[in-house]
Amino acid sequence: MRYSGFRVIAEALTGHKGWKPVWRDPAPQAEYDYIIVGGGGHGLATAYYLAKEFGQKRIAVIEKGYLGGGNVGRNTTIIRSNYLLDGNEPFYEFSLKLWEGLEQDFNYNAMVSQRGILNLIHSDAQRDAFTRRGNAMILNGADADLLDREQIRAMYPWLNFDDARFPIKGGLAQRRGGTVRHDAVAWGYARGADSRGVDLIQNCEVTGMRIENGKILGVETSRGFIGAKKVGVAVAGSSSRVMAHAGMRLPIESHVLQAFVSEGLKPLIDGVITFGAGHFYVSQSDKGGLVFGGDIDGYNTYAQRGNLPVIEDVAEGGMALMPAIGRARLLRTWGGVMDMSMDGSPFIDKTPVDGLYFNGGWCYGGFKATPASGWCFAHLMAKDAPHKVATAYRLDRFLKGKMIDEKGQGAQPNLH
Amino acid sequence: MIINHPILGPRDSQEFVYLGAAEMMNRPDGMSAGIEEFHEWLYHRDNPAGEHRELWYHEQGDRSWLVVTRNTLTHEISRVELARDVAKAMGRSK
Repeated sequence: MRYSGFRVIAEALTGHKGWKPVWRDPAPQAEYDYIIVGGGGHGLATAYYLAKEFGQKRIAVIEKGYLGGGNVGRNTTIIRSNYLLDGNEPFYEFSLKLWEGLEQDFNYNAMVSQRGILNLIHSDAQRDAFTRRGNAMILNGADADLLDREQIRAMYPWLNFDDARFPIKGGLAQRRGGTVRHDAVAWGYARGADSRGVDLIQNCEVTGMRIENGKILGVETSRGFIGAKKVGVAVAGSSSRVMAHAGMRLPIESHVLQAFVSEGLKPLIDGVITFGAGHFYVSQSDKGGLVFGGDIDGYNTYAQRGNLPVIEDVAEGGMALMPAIGRARLLRTWGGVMDMSMDGSPFIDKTPVDGLYFNGGWCYGGFKATPASGWCFAHLMAKDAPHKVATAYRLDRFLKGKMIDEKGQGAQPNLH
Repeated sequence: MIINHPILGPRDSQEFVYLGAAEMMNRPDGMSAGIEEFHEWLYHRDNPAGEHRELWYHEQGDRSWLVVTRNTLTHEISRVELARDVAKAMGRSK
């Protein structure tokens, strides 16, 4: 069923009796050509592009819980492509371009809103660094604007421009950045994949991998063995646990990142503001809640909740940047578990096991990468060669000295 | 989280800096180990869901290194040792 404005009107006039379930609930078949482990944004996008762009058939997505029940529904919904390094920027710009055409492509309203993102500058050194980053973005076909203090004052007059420690001196804006209705991304990809014959198998946990003579034969699951020629794992947050079934240790630690929503307020922020120096970023949802966050908690954890010191730290950052936030009440906080890699950059790569592919290590930047991650992972699995914008995301890059370390922190996942 | 310091008693985890898995104490011998072994030690982790032994540094306290055994699913801390005692038990005292 194709969605359109006419369809909504027609259904409204006929009592909404024509709407059908958006995807099937199939039982697993004995064997597939492709199994994608993980029914989140990246896994569903991979299955969708495998079927649509690479013409592959006999594809299944296996999900332990329900579709879109993990990090694709727990992030703060921001999309952007404001990276510096060659290994990253072309990939994220590819992703942003896919976001721009996504809703037409999969015929689903994901509420892609290019409301702009602004990174604040507080010193001459930071302005130099952001100028360089803006130039790198422009060289890779993205957009970037260096703004001065008065331009920012015109946008957000209520910011605290004269904070003693971090006075606002300017900002780097990417106007094509913005926010997306994150659940709808999972649903749109799921619907698109299902309509192209992909089996979306929920409540099916991978409990082992059958590997013989260095080749994958399939996965053991809570619903029995399912054979496959190729298996792709896209379970960021739990990558170490799943890949342990293949005997692999990864350059990844699992950490929790907390997110926050205030009570609904009248329109205040029409874009996304990041206050990196103060470990705080904020946007406003269409319902009016301020959606904000800060740093990861900083210790290994698989609990989808954090601790109070980080909440205090984020609240302090918010008060420093926008004192008006002190009058708003915090409505909800939650946490998501993420793969923190050793250089803060992700992996889309083959593994030493023939037919087993890995996608993970997204740190806290996985949501904006969803379309490109799915596309590039599908490319890798279908053609056994990396997509040209994802050639640097190799698992052996530390051994070869080819880290993609945007922050320059070294092998210290909790500092990225 | 409250970390029960072996010398100073219960301390707020905010006083500490987190480094990572305690297996990092077992650095390969630089004179004999190859690059593969160093790569494995520096970059790869078990990253378990459940009991995890990890290094915490009491930066805003007595600056001791601790080996904390903590459950990564519940945040429950079951054991706290001085890292120097752990190292000595491994025969590293010189």
